[in-house]
Amino acid sequence: MHELAICQSMLQQVEQIAQERQATAVIRITVSIGPLSGVEAHLLSQAFPLAAAGSIARDAELVIETLPVRVKCEQCGAETEARPNRLLCGTCGDYHTRLLSGDEMLLASLELTSETREANHV
Amino acid sequence: MCDTCGCNITHGNEHLIKPGGKLSRTGTGNEAVTVLQNLLSENDHAAKHNREHFDRHGILAINLMSSPGSGKTALLEATLDALDGALNIAVVEGDLETENDAERIRARGVPAVQISTGSACHLDAHMVHDALHHLSLDGLDIVFIENVGNLVCPASFDLGQHHNVTLLSVTEGDDKPAKYPVMFRAADLMLLTKTDLLKVLDDFDLAKAEACLRKLANPAPVIPLSARQGDGLNHWLDWLQQQLAAHRQRLDTGETRRPAIQPDGIRLHAQHG
Repeated sequence: MHELAICQSMLQQVEQIAQERQATAVIRITVSIGPLSGVEAHLLSQAFPLAAAGSIARDAELVIETLPVRVKCEQCGAETEARPNRLLCGTCGDYHTRLLSGDEMLLASLELTSETREANHV
Repeated sequence: MCDTCGCNITHGNEHLIKPGGKLSRTGTGNEAVTVLQNLLSENDHAAKHNREHFDRHGILAINLMSSPGSGKTALLEATLDALDGALNIAVVEGDLETENDAERIRARGVPAVQISTGSACHLDAHMVHDALHHLSLDGLDIVFIENVGNLVCPASFDLGQHHNVTLLSVTEGDDKPAKYPVMFRAADLMLLTKTDLLKVLDDFDLAKAEACLRKLANPAPVIPLSARQGDGLNHWLDWLQQQLAAHRQRLDTGETRRPAIQPDGIRLHAQHG
């Protein structure tokens, strides 16, 4: 259950950013997770309320975006979708491929609110 | 991946943060902040610090990962016996409970620090950092970090090591790389252990285990060995010596190395400018 540890690490970053921007609450947290990151989206959702309890993000909505696994072939140059345990080129079948996306584990964006100043867009 | 230079903006997510992308603003008047930080940035910061510690002392750090009971500690025992003091080694042991593994290493006259993780299923960079404070790094050649036996979680945490070595024992099944792609994608070297048992196991195919690794687009070398009988151990020792020499050369030019899967983000960053 390393999702709880990852959630706690994420909330540390969220709290720091919320403080820097003098926010009073976090409305939404968007994370991008690839299937090859080793993080399970539904376990992250379950861990979130436990980790967020009592924090500035306690009422925040956690939005998890799942990214596709895509590879670029170093032999034929094709960019194709792949499965997590079959990262072969979808065109020529070679295994000399490079991952384009699918291993991300990112805090992508936050939506913050502040009672003391005008809301603005960044 | 790095959190400051933008290299974790990839093909897969860049559309989200471009002007007009769905993460750039909010319709409700609240402030939208684009972050794009690795969820483990605290861990990665500590890992970088650990790597600097190792590099300053000219040490090669190797993270051993596998399922429980695949022979990590036995491999270390056989390695220490075969090296017979030719290299100065220290070991960081990770387990949920007990000092058993550290005691096995100390019995060989080699310094070992045990990390008891309690219920945590993996080591993280902070735990390794604390353990390093209990080791004298001066004069060491290699530090082995024996991770918690687990084919899932340890793969997601950078500890500051230079190489990941993943063990797969022949009693586990040759399709393990297909079942645990995150772990086996992270391997810089795959060791197929307990090969002395192959004569009584008719369902483990060394070539199939390697083929499963290749399907993960991982070109890492594969070494079959038996820590108990000594078969193949010389190939593993050769690999260690080669990596140590390569690492010392890198350090001479002010460079270091991160484990297998991590250059992806940096290469993409260079590609997209």
